[in-house]
Amino acid sequence: MSFLRPKFRHPHLPTNELGYTTTEYEGSLSTLCAGCGHDSISAAIVQACFEMNIEPHKVAKLSGIGCSSKTPAYFLGNSHGFNTVHGRMPSVATGANLANRDLIYLGVSGDGDTASIGMGQFVHAVRRNLNMVYIVMNNGCYGLTKGQDSATADRGSKSKAGSVNPFESIDLCGLALELGASFVGQSFSGDKEQLIPLIKAAMSHKGFAFVNVISPCVTFNNNVGSTKSYDYVRQHMEATATVDFVPMMTEITASYEQGSDATISMHDGTLLHLHKLADGWDPSDKLSAIHALQHARNEAKVLTGLIYYSADGHELHDVLNSSERPLNSLRQEELCPGVAKLEEINKGLR
Amino acid sequence: MQPTNTKDPEYYHKVVDCQYACPAHTPVPEYIRLIAAEKYTEAYIVNWESNVFPGVLGRTCDRPCEPACRRVRVEEEPVAICRLKRVAADNKGDLSHYIPQGPFPSNGKKIALIGGGPASLTVARDLAPLGYEIHLFDEQPAGGGMMRTQIPSFRLPISVLEEEVGFILNMGIHTQFLTYVDSLKSVLEKDYDVVFVGTGAPRGRNLDIPGRDEAAAHIHIGIDWLQSVAFEHTASIGKNVIVLGGGNTAMDCCRTARRLGGENVKVLVRSPFKEMKASPWEKEDAMHEDIPILDNHVPVSFVLENGTLTGMMFEIVHAVYDSNGKRSLVPTGEPHVFIPADDVLIAIGQENSFPWIERDLGMEFDKWDMPVVDEKTYQSTIPKVFFGGDAAFGPKNIITAVAQAHQAAISIDLYCKESVLTERPHPMVNLVSQKMGIHEWSYDSMVTIDQRFVVPQADKKLTLCNRKMEVELGFDVATAWKEAERCLNCDIQTVFREPLCIECDACVDICPTSCITFTTNGTEAELRSRLKAPALTLSQDLLVSDVLPTKRVMVKDEDVCLHCGLCAERCPTAAWDMQLFSYNTAKAGA
Repeated sequence: MSFLRPKFRHPHLPTNELGYTTTEYEGSLSTLCAGCGHDSISAAIVQACFEMNIEPHKVAKLSGIGCSSKTPAYFLGNSHGFNTVHGRMPSVATGANLANRDLIYLGVSGDGDTASIGMGQFVHAVRRNLNMVYIVMNNGCYGLTKGQDSATADRGSKSKAGSVNPFESIDLCGLALELGASFVGQSFSGDKEQLIPLIKAAMSHKGFAFVNVISPCVTFNNNVGSTKSYDYVRQHMEATATVDFVPMMTEITASYEQGSDATISMHDGTLLHLHKLADGWDPSDKLSAIHALQHARNEAKVLTGLIYYSADGHELHDVLNSSERPLNSLRQEELCPGVAKLEEINKGLR
Repeated sequence: MQPTNTKDPEYYHKVVDCQYACPAHTPVPEYIRLIAAEKYTEAYIVNWESNVFPGVLGRTCDRPCEPACRRVRVEEEPVAICRLKRVAADNKGDLSHYIPQGPFPSNGKKIALIGGGPASLTVARDLAPLGYEIHLFDEQPAGGGMMRTQIPSFRLPISVLEEEVGFILNMGIHTQFLTYVDSLKSVLEKDYDVVFVGTGAPRGRNLDIPGRDEAAAHIHIGIDWLQSVAFEHTASIGKNVIVLGGGNTAMDCCRTARRLGGENVKVLVRSPFKEMKASPWEKEDAMHEDIPILDNHVPVSFVLENGTLTGMMFEIVHAVYDSNGKRSLVPTGEPHVFIPADDVLIAIGQENSFPWIERDLGMEFDKWDMPVVDEKTYQSTIPKVFFGGDAAFGPKNIITAVAQAHQAAISIDLYCKESVLTERPHPMVNLVSQKMGIHEWSYDSMVTIDQRFVVPQADKKLTLCNRKMEVELGFDVATAWKEAERCLNCDIQTVFREPLCIECDACVDICPTSCITFTTNGTEAELRSRLKAPALTLSQDLLVSDVLPTKRVMVKDEDVCLHCGLCAERCPTAAWDMQLFSYNTAKAGA
């Protein structure tokens, strides 16, 4: 088995505005099972960061425990990273974000890490509209412990051993919508054409950006009867729209059909084009988003693409009215202005 | 694009760049792996079967394989294929179990070989074990042809040559040395079933400019002079020597002159330095021995004083290229340059010469007075006369002579069996999975980043005093292993099987050199532009699959594939597999 990826790269790899190739965004060689959907998501993250000209040291990647949470070792090897306790990534992300608001926070979690042990943390990060990207690599099973059903396994889905899941599944997108997430998307690891622009949009978004990615567990949940297998997802995928991410300051040259398209401008000036919108769905209307999700569920479809987007942009720092400058850059004299200042404040309160 | 037909052995053959570029198609990666495994004898035999003279070629080959090496496109320097071949030859053990040992049961056919160089010897080796009675004629006292007369001993020790010539002559070849064949007619009149002409390109080109005849005593034709040195008829040369010419013979002449007393030896060449015909490493070796190479100098005249040669006049030119890239050398107008010399060696090319073939035998000659020879079968217009090596299509190199002689031997065998000569036997090909476990391969798939290792040379002070002392010392075994590890194993093919693919993208994500893309089909030119990394090397093929369930195709650009096996390791369904492709050209009797 190879533990190292050969150092040679294609001599004509494209470079981005920083002069980097994708090589600068890679991590070490994956030790996940061959064909794991998570590796595709890692590659999509690498490609998205490359295309967005992100300086690797401006990203902090955080994760919990599980196959999904191992992946930060396999992408963005030049970025900050914190592999936290099981299900506790949101609190570490919150702390890091409060200390240094200048970084891009990329949380990576799994269905177990988010929908079971970490549920208590996840919901609060959503409701606080913490400014981060939260990617769930959702394979519907506990791959690291030999494939037991997870809380996102659909009712009626058959495991590799043949048992049928009797319980209702947790719909993470529906939950995020309910709790006020300002950006909700869903995608499939086997569809990079959709996944990459979605991750780019999520990284441009100010506030909590939630992306649920169906990622087949090739070892334990890729069997006939599973609703998270490559074949099942490919056959049951239904997109809200085709997503096209247009970087800031780029002239729009493509022409779009009237009526079926929408353009969203993000906080950082980038634009998100959506074509071939699903009937009756408006990305900025929460009700239509909830309806679309429920409708797809009734039809046994997997709804993918951007599901909901709010331009509100009132993230946790705005709520707390915290300092514009990152807290970690404030020095003792600024945080502790001294006795004279204390006297002044006290005087004002008398 | 249509799905690639990998059933055609030429597709995978082309992926093995070194083997494909070699005129004899020696299975290079195969013997490099054997060297890495310290199986030098086996590595030698893989070579011997294909190129007949591994020890000679490991020192003197023109190495068409090396510029073709995939490593050149991946980093910069090719694997030192040629010098690894020498390692196999230097360290080989007993070969008697591998080399056919006579006497062989006779098949009743008699063949005459005219000339004792690489081509004739190859024909002898291929045909003797099949029972042919072989008679070899050469004017020299020993076999080897130009390998003996034109390649100096400091590049090729005579013992190495003797051993490899001996392997062949000991198969029971009837040799008639010191016999100059001056009439093809007389040979044809004897009872030979076939005559093979392997007489090389024995005539060095002359330079007819003013002063040539007057100074003839100190002007020598390069290859004749080298031959006379090799047979020890010549043991010295003047202190100031001019060598004319820019090919490998010129390099051999100047370096030999340095060893026979030449103190100021200069090479003067008409063309720009970059366009010289000599191999880059031979130019380097000459310059390392303090021999300046003056380019853009066109000889004008030999200069004599009181009837003795004192030097030469040269005109300075520069190269001008027209819109078709055709070069002409235009004088710069600078005054002519005088370069003093006691002796001049002319090494400006050599040509075929057949004064011994009577023109009334019915053999057709072309407008350049060269015999008409079939390019595939090497048969002349007299059915039982075959040609090979430099004698067939003009001067090339040893490995080309060997390759042509293999083909001539096949033709001779077919001719003697009264079969159709144009129906050539197919190569022996095989494709075998190298999977040894879930993530294990039978070959060393790790790609090392080591740069090419330099072959050590003996001290210049010593080698310049002794014409017979070999300059290159060859790799030691430890360095040879490291150099062998640089080989990318291009003969271990990435074989793709569409029905197994679930399109999980794992191979796309893992490929270090971005070779693999899943995309909608298109024309080749258009596909090449929209792959994950542009496929700019047009000589390298695209491997295109049949249509997959998502209506896309898998396209793999073979160009910079490292053959590291990661695509197959990361493939959950073994749709990718690493399979050893062996390709052995057919030999006579196959």
